[in-house]
Amino acid sequence: MNKTSTVVKVGIADLNLVIAPGTIRTSGLGSCVGVVIYDATKKIAGLSHILLPDSSAAKQVKINPFKYADTAIPCLVNSLLENGARKFALKAKIAGGAQMFQFSSGSDMMRIGPRNTEAVEHKLSELNISVISMDVGGNVGRTIEFDPQTGNLKIKKVNKEEFFI
Amino acid sequence: MEYLHLTSYQKDVLKEIGNIGAGNAATSLSKLLDKKIEMNVPSVNVVGYDELMELIGGPEEIIVGLLFRIHGEAPGTVYLILKVEEAEYLVRQLTNDQDFSLFEGKQDKEMSLSALHEIGNIVTGSYLTALSDFTKINMQPSVPYLGIDMAGALLTAGLLEISKVIDYAIIIDTEIKLDDQVKEGIKGNFFLLPDPESFPKIFEALGINDHE
Repeated sequence: MNKTSTVVKVGIADLNLVIAPGTIRTSGLGSCVGVVIYDATKKIAGLSHILLPDSSAAKQVKINPFKYADTAIPCLVNSLLENGARKFALKAKIAGGAQMFQFSSGSDMMRIGPRNTEAVEHKLSELNISVISMDVGGNVGRTIEFDPQTGNLKIKKVNKEEFFI
Repeated sequence: MEYLHLTSYQKDVLKEIGNIGAGNAATSLSKLLDKKIEMNVPSVNVVGYDELMELIGGPEEIIVGLLFRIHGEAPGTVYLILKVEEAEYLVRQLTNDQDFSLFEGKQDKEMSLSALHEIGNIVTGSYLTALSDFTKINMQPSVPYLGIDMAGALLTAGLLEISKVIDYAIIIDTEIKLDDQVKEGIKGNFFLLPDPESFPKIFEALGINDHE
């Protein structure tokens, strides 16, 4: 939580919340997907940096729920609701899911970007949260920053002008 | 399996592996450029993903990354990481094109990128050969995959296998310095990220069975 006008940073396989006038950002999204869920009226937003699509693929006893699309998104939604967001008002914006290296071998791990995106969309639709806009795929890294005041998601790519979705 | 508490002996073994690999790689690079190459003692670190990014200047740092998958008995991933200027310097040395720039200029970059791939092949090949000879474990590098982008985006690709099992990566880091009297020099970083199931094999090959 952050109430001053600062930038909340979210690391890999992590999530956090922000209330306007602060912004929230995550850097260097490759195959990872950045999911922003927000309540535009309450001006509160959460950002999750998702690494993998499905927690059932985990070989750990104790998993980090923030790492997987199917577990991180419910965590994010709960934490938003606990902090004043309203379930019906929640909207989402997503970015990332690129394929950074064009592997020749067809290992499933190598298609992880698109699979992450699919898993995120699936989970969001399961929770009845509509995706307002997205910028996914390709083979470029992205840094994203969300401003709950305006509801704009700023996207920065290497050697490209920043743009908003 | 628990890697967070590597014994100092195990760390030394991994360090030595890095040393041998780097020695070979430095020799190859030295022959290729006809310049003296210095290597420093590598470090072995157990780090979280975010720390890994910080090691090379943060997730947004633009880097040139050459990724190789290791096939064979002990699969894993190797990264050869160069700063943009370093990669440009290497290409200039190799192709005698003093104006080469990765992002500017309109000249055809195919030749230069191909030179980068080749540098990666030679250096990584000799690195893996050393590892393979020392451990008697068969390791074959894949073709190089070149990416020029944010460090966070490029490095997570190599962490995916490991991230299903642990939230930390063991990095056998190796720095290779190009040392001549001129100002410009390069400092390449090797990251060797063995897949989780490869550690027992590596330790066993080296006669350390108490890795549990």
